[in-house]
Amino acid sequence: MIRGKGTLWNGVLLGLGFALMLAALYLIFVYVPTEETMGVVQRIFYFHVPLAWVGLLAFLVVFVCSILYLWRRDAKWDTIAASSAEVGMVFTTLVLITGPIWAKAAWGVWWAWDFRLTATLALWLIYIAYLLVRSYTAEESRGARFAAVLGIVGFIDVPIVALAIRLWRTQHPGPVVFEGGLAPSMLLALLVSIAAFTVLYILLVGQRVSLRNLGTELKRLKG
Amino acid sequence: MNHRATSSADWAIEAQSLSKSFGGNRALTGVDIKVSRGDWLTIFGPNGAGKTTLIKLLSTLAKPTGGSARLHGLNLTSEPAKIRRMLGVVTHSTFLYNDLTVNENLRFYGRMYLVPDLERRIEEVVSQVQLESRLHDRVGTLSHGLQRRAAIARAVMHNPSILLLDEPETGLDPHATTMMREVMDTLNSGDRTVVMTTHNLERGIEIAGQVAVLHEGSIVYQASKKDIDAAGFREIYDRCTGQG
Amino acid sequence: MKGLFTEVYAILWKELISGLRTKEIITSVLVFGLLVLVIFNFAFEPGTSTRETVAPGILWAAIAFAGVLGLNRTFAAERENSCLEGLMLCPVERHVIYWGKLAASFIFILLVAAIITPIFLVLFNLPLFMPRLALIVVLATLGFASIGTLFSALAANTKARDLMLPILFLPLVVPVIIAAVEATGLVLDGRPWGDMATWLQIMIAFDVIFVIVSTFVFEFVVEE
Repeated sequence: MIRGKGTLWNGVLLGLGFALMLAALYLIFVYVPTEETMGVVQRIFYFHVPLAWVGLLAFLVVFVCSILYLWRRDAKWDTIAASSAEVGMVFTTLVLITGPIWAKAAWGVWWAWDFRLTATLALWLIYIAYLLVRSYTAEESRGARFAAVLGIVGFIDVPIVALAIRLWRTQHPGPVVFEGGLAPSMLLALLVSIAAFTVLYILLVGQRVSLRNLGTELKRLKG
Repeated sequence: MNHRATSSADWAIEAQSLSKSFGGNRALTGVDIKVSRGDWLTIFGPNGAGKTTLIKLLSTLAKPTGGSARLHGLNLTSEPAKIRRMLGVVTHSTFLYNDLTVNENLRFYGRMYLVPDLERRIEEVVSQVQLESRLHDRVGTLSHGLQRRAAIARAVMHNPSILLLDEPETGLDPHATTMMREVMDTLNSGDRTVVMTTHNLERGIEIAGQVAVLHEGSIVYQASKKDIDAAGFREIYDRCTGQG
Repeated sequence: MKGLFTEVYAILWKELISGLRTKEIITSVLVFGLLVLVIFNFAFEPGTSTRETVAPGILWAAIAFAGVLGLNRTFAAERENSCLEGLMLCPVERHVIYWGKLAASFIFILLVAAIITPIFLVLFNLPLFMPRLALIVVLATLGFASIGTLFSALAANTKARDLMLPILFLPLVVPVIIAAVEATGLVLDGRPWGDMATWLQIMIAFDVIFVIVSTFVFEFVVEE
């Protein structure tokens, strides 16, 4: 990628992300009316859901890049996968933090083993395993291969995990949290927020990828 | 023995600029070598020269990071599975299961290689390596030398056309070494090509048809034994490895 | 085709003989499983209804943890004398190695489960003859073995391999554990087949999907 072109693309994304984030914040804190039952705290929803969405998107990217890496053995796919996993892990951690905060404030319980948060917890554990496999393998290319295998198996597993947890929850219903419909204004805020966080995700992954590439270049120069 | 083979199919092994790096470590920097069918090539080299790495590459256990090689005309990087069928490998590790007897180990590998008439073949190789008396003993109870002979039996069971031996006599006591020599003398039978690495100059020269010297990751010398003076080989070796 | 069968059988046969010769592995895994059963028992007061509801969970926690221990051994044994390299030298497709090891792991975990389950039934004063439970155990064991064999090969090549396997394995088999626990609960309650159909379907789907996926990705774990 020619330097100039890369920086231009980066600049566009940065500008777009900034604008979207501002728009989202405005919509979330000013535009959207306060929700009836839960009050102000419900606004966490507009962060919580996009974070969860990006967490899943990041894992999808890991899945695709893992397949590409094993097929082509081109290190760039592994770099993207690793970076996406790091960012995805952070976002998923935030989901697990915002969820209980919201639940406690609105419904009085930190954790209700509800379907969505439980499934997110499982995804989080798989992310952790993915990152650990990388650091616990002696040789880098081997670690990349192992991580790719886990990325593929893990992603295929996630829907099955979600299905099992959902069925389990219908067998043993617990306190109902995170439900309710969406008024049009709320939907708008949510969509803009999702867009903003997606751009943020792309920017962060881009950052991590360049950092990794610089690191590899440095190692190569050191010889 | 045809030393003037020109087409790929005539060489047992041909390597061009074969190289291997592990991260920053460049174990092989470009190996060029040609071995005729039925020949015995001994590769000499000090520790760290890359002998084991070269054997690992040729045996398909590791993938080269550069260069290419053909074994019996088959491409090393694109047709490793076919190459494995005609390869026998003996290294420092025996690849034998300590809890299983020699017989059980041989039956296992015999089945994995789909060796026909397995019982009879096991008898044959076991007598070739002189291990009849220990056939039903667990490999873990065998001495080093006997284990290595069992490893040789495993390696030749499927009648490989190419045999790779990585320092077969290293680590053996004198008695075991003598027994090993007797066994090694039987290995070059038929049209089988043998490539052996060693740092024992005298013995290596004795058994070889071709000699080569590996130094710091590349072949710096290769010649047919009959073209050189065996007694003066030490000088050549020292010169090649920078000790002369 | 016959060659394929010979090769898979050869690996299975070797694993079984090896296993029989190293009896201390299976005995320690069994003891560990029983310990899990007993310790969990102390966590719950006898005779209360809570205890009955959590009983299936206790059984499957014991089998899962004991299973992980056993799975660790599968590829650890190949490290001795570089036997995995010896296997790689054989002119067999890599997934054949997976199938052979899968068969061996399956039998091993099944054996452990077959011993732990009756003891569990005794400790909880439940009837011993439970053929439907046997089906659940077989399906769940296949699920454990499918993922477990793949990641045992992977973990064997990492540092802290005894820790890596549970970390990799347990989150991924959550569906099997949930389905097994739920189905077991239904069996213990004497409910009809229909009620547990969904859980059985989940386990069957899991087994099929992950045996197939593992077959395809196994070579990337063992090849250089």
